[in-house]
Amino acid sequence: MAENHQEQNRTTPPGPPHGGGPRGPGAKPKDFKKTFRQLISYCKVFLPLIIIALLLAMAGAIFNIIGPEFLNQITDLITEGMMTSIDLDAVVNVAAILAFLYGLGALFNYIQGYIMATVTQRVSKNLRTDISTKINRLPLKYFDKTSTGDVLSRITNDVDMIGQTMNQSLGVLVSAVTMFLGSLIMMFYTNWIMAISAILSTFIGFALMTFIISKSQKYFAQQQKELGKLNGHIEEIYSGHHVVKVYNGEKNAKETFHEINTRLYDSAWKSQFMSGLMMPLMMFVGNFGYVIVSIVGAVLAVNDVISFGVIVAFMIYIRLFTQPLTQIAQAATNLQSTAAASERVFEFLAEEELADEGEKRERLETAIGDVEFKNVRFGYSEDIMVIKDFSASAKAGQKVAIVGPTGAGKTTLVNLLMRFYEVNGGEILIDGVPANKLTRANIHDLFSMVLQDTWLFEGTIRENIVYSRNGISNKEIEEACKAVGLHHFIKTLPKGYDTILDDKANLSAGQKQLITIARAMIEHKPLLILDEATSSVDTRTEVLIQQAMDKLTVGKTSFVIAHRLSTIKNADLILVMKDGDIIESGNHEELLQKNGFYAELYNSQFENAS
Amino acid sequence: MLKIFKYLQKKDWVLILCSLIFIVTQVYLDLKLPDYMREVTVLVQTEGSKMSDVLLNGGYMILCAVGSMVAAMIVGFFAAKVAAGFSVRLRAMVFEKTMSFSMEEINGFSTPSLITRSTNDITQIQMLIAMGLQVVIKAPILAVWAIFKIMGKSWQWTATTGVAVAILIIMLTILIFVALPKFKVIQSLTDNLNTVSRENLSGIRVVHAYNAEKYQEAKFEKANDELTKTNLFTSRTMAIIMPTMGIIMSGMSLAIYWIGAYLINSASLPNRLSIFSDMVVFSSYAMQVIMAFMMLSFVFIMLPRASVSAKRINEVLDTEATIIDGTETEGKKDHSGEVEFRNVSFKYPDASDYILRNVSFTAHKGETVAFIGSTGSGKSTLLNLIPRYFDATEGEVLVDGLNVKNYQQEALRNKLGYVSQKAVLFSGTVSSNVAYGESGKNSAKEHAVKKAVDIAQGSEFVEKMENQYEASIAQGGTNISGGQKQRLSIARAVYRQPEIYIFDDSFSALDYKTDRTLRSVLKKETQDATTLIVAQRIGTIKDADTIVVLDDGKVVGIGTHRELLRDCEVYQEIAYSQLSKEELEIG
Repeated sequence: MAENHQEQNRTTPPGPPHGGGPRGPGAKPKDFKKTFRQLISYCKVFLPLIIIALLLAMAGAIFNIIGPEFLNQITDLITEGMMTSIDLDAVVNVAAILAFLYGLGALFNYIQGYIMATVTQRVSKNLRTDISTKINRLPLKYFDKTSTGDVLSRITNDVDMIGQTMNQSLGVLVSAVTMFLGSLIMMFYTNWIMAISAILSTFIGFALMTFIISKSQKYFAQQQKELGKLNGHIEEIYSGHHVVKVYNGEKNAKETFHEINTRLYDSAWKSQFMSGLMMPLMMFVGNFGYVIVSIVGAVLAVNDVISFGVIVAFMIYIRLFTQPLTQIAQAATNLQSTAAASERVFEFLAEEELADEGEKRERLETAIGDVEFKNVRFGYSEDIMVIKDFSASAKAGQKVAIVGPTGAGKTTLVNLLMRFYEVNGGEILIDGVPANKLTRANIHDLFSMVLQDTWLFEGTIRENIVYSRNGISNKEIEEACKAVGLHHFIKTLPKGYDTILDDKANLSAGQKQLITIARAMIEHKPLLILDEATSSVDTRTEVLIQQAMDKLTVGKTSFVIAHRLSTIKNADLILVMKDGDIIESGNHEELLQKNGFYAELYNSQFENAS
Repeated sequence: MLKIFKYLQKKDWVLILCSLIFIVTQVYLDLKLPDYMREVTVLVQTEGSKMSDVLLNGGYMILCAVGSMVAAMIVGFFAAKVAAGFSVRLRAMVFEKTMSFSMEEINGFSTPSLITRSTNDITQIQMLIAMGLQVVIKAPILAVWAIFKIMGKSWQWTATTGVAVAILIIMLTILIFVALPKFKVIQSLTDNLNTVSRENLSGIRVVHAYNAEKYQEAKFEKANDELTKTNLFTSRTMAIIMPTMGIIMSGMSLAIYWIGAYLINSASLPNRLSIFSDMVVFSSYAMQVIMAFMMLSFVFIMLPRASVSAKRINEVLDTEATIIDGTETEGKKDHSGEVEFRNVSFKYPDASDYILRNVSFTAHKGETVAFIGSTGSGKSTLLNLIPRYFDATEGEVLVDGLNVKNYQQEALRNKLGYVSQKAVLFSGTVSSNVAYGESGKNSAKEHAVKKAVDIAQGSEFVEKMENQYEASIAQGGTNISGGQKQRLSIARAVYRQPEIYIFDDSFSALDYKTDRTLRSVLKKETQDATTLIVAQRIGTIKDADTIVVLDDGKVVGIGTHRELLRDCEVYQEIAYSQLSKEELEIG
């Protein structure tokens, strides 16, 4: 059972199920111009390539536009020779030129597409890299207010959106506009009456289409809303299935489901129908234009105002003219999505980073391990202080335990020690050197740390233990594992230390925790932090971990946070925290004798319910 | 794929048949349009044609265009009705089926997968049907009909069209075989990228603490490189489509006129006009043929996804629930409130190893029985057998003296107040969550909710919330804390006034003090009820009437706290790890 719960937790994506997830196309940016300027300056290196691509797109479009004019000539050559004999040489000449132009146009278009695809993918890649490096340069404070899902969605969904839409929008937009304007000019150049009828017929069709689209929006919104509700209900009932069952809530759940499902049917078929209308309408716009051009052309031809070739040319013009209209509309929405997505990406990239520490000269290669807190004040936001006036000192080699109820600020203290957050007042001294004079990397080099959440990644056990360090020998790894009592177990696995830790790996929570302890162990650093390192495992496993940790703490100054008081009874110094201050301190016996808050906390574990 | 269509009803088939008629009408009109154009061409090229004839044919053309649109809209209407109706029905079937599943089937599929099957997969089918009705049926009809129309004209032109179609098909086939598999690869590479980033984000403290920023970045860069390479390949490949389509379309027009010039030149004078007008409309027909093939290719791209969805939905619908309802509604009178395990063994259907072996114990009315043991010892599994989340593989589980398999599930569950390890709350209000489900008892709701919340030590925080008992609870209870969620889920059990309470490690999120008060109030209020508790903390269970110690699925000790402390080695180990020897002796 427990295994299965974990399984589910892993596969469910983090973050809220609705909203905040992937944004579909059509989302609007807050500041279109500013975002675009940012995007352009981001693409600066590629700008020459982009310009070449756009010029090619234009050229390709122009070749296509003059095509009908050549067909017009061919048709006229044919009709002229209809009663006598056709000037085949002239036809071949014109046709050959046109074929060449079409070929060249296609080639240009492909080169354009190739360049744009390449540029877009390179830009996407750079964006992803920048986001990923940015993650590690942000202060941890940032992640208090942002969910993992949100950042992930910027790396994948938003960048993907940029990749897809930028590729399809810029080139298409340029060639469509060229095509549109070009065919307009060519139409008027060929014959103005025909041109006007072509334009009018097209716009009648498009007016109709706009009308229907505006009508259908309502149903789409409604369908999305109902679908969201229904999915929410399904999700909730499925994941609480065991409760629904045992409380006989099935009938109720089914009723709610059918209610929403019925409502969904109504909006679903309507919006499906509306979107289904688009294709016939598009066809109609094309057909209608074709018919009008044919008839008007025929009338003019009968009256000898134009030659038949003009009709043939216009049959193609009408296609070249209506096609870009939809393309432009599509490209505009695409551009908007590009902008909306890039806005979110640039917003993230513009977040304030950790202060640069290049100028810091102080450096502790190693430390004896004296740590002192001097009147430390800290709050996650300026107005609420979590740590109010904290002073304490730990001598080298001591085991310092920090206890207190939830919300007392225990973990905050660790965050300050590691400089994950900066103090608002007072200072922390390591071997007498103020922590803020040292670089963060230097401080991290002095500490080993084991946290409550076992953090393992998909990789072999060896990789997980070695992690980012170089030159760790197999012997060191095995020694660390022997020390935490894991070596024997790992040896029983078919692949030993090369077993990959993933969903299938059958490691208990305790064993996973032991791996993170082994990881901390091969570090040989003078200071150690254990933040509730054993709270998620059962008590028998805890004993194992406890033994491992006691080995780990030998000769090091260690800070231990625990909520099971039995784990810290042997600490040299116990700091009892409440509401951000130390209210008691001393060792276990001293504190029990005081009969204060610690004694109360300690005794409440054992009282009977009566 | 086809199997899923057996769920279409007669009504749907009638609608589909109707659409077929209108599709044929539409194709007919679409292909009729160029015929009139041919007439017009002849009229224009013939000296002294009447203006009215031209306009008449023009009128027919407009009628064709409008008619075709109307027919297409009607088809769209039917398609929308069928698709939406079918998906609604299918979704209801999947939902109902899932509701009938026991834990065994649910775990077999996994909850997230079931959710996708009831939502996204069904949407896929809806889209396929809506598109399919308009395109799948239309494309072949259009293709065949249009080919018939052009066949008689001239083999040279037909050949040209054939070449165009062939180029189109070759291109699409290459794309389908070269690019489509890459899209699957892209999906997994994206997942990989996600995994690496998620890993960095969730372990951000560890990353900083180990100065491992460069390490993580290198890892990300590797994933990023792989993804970009594949992306580059596919988007460069896909860039072929547009220019090729363009050249097929315009190249064909050119070819038809080019060839036409020769055909007309070599024809006898009287035939020339007819060939000329054929030439003018030929590209219209040819375009229709190409369109038809394009539509078909879209279907081929869409079909694999939809058929995977259909398969996944069928899997759910074809799965039979393994828990079969019994008939009894009442247990034996003289055994009321009793829970008994008789030599119960349990293993998951596909597992080789037993999770519970030969477990026997009895909890009498009003007694508290506690279960303790390390992670994986089978405590939760044991409790799961009582509400029949799973059925025992061997042996019997009896409630009120009757095997649980003989009960109607609803009746059995009315006797139980079950609180899970992870508190589950539904979107709604505090009171809708507490009064959740049906218990087969009627009571004054408002008062009962208040009392239940009070017993669960939740009145204080609930009354501080806006709207108090009507305060809204978000899906999954995300707007309240873990401890609060747990208290509300306990209140839900209390509200039912069950004969038997089952607490599956339900006190873990409460601090020691609340835990203690809650249990003592609960004990007072539920004197007649039988209570089964799974817990980690010795403190939570040491005053139970009976404690069952489990180790690796076997009962290694039954007795009171004192007895076990004296005789049971496993219990001693657990106890000593939590409390010191002296403290235990005093207790």
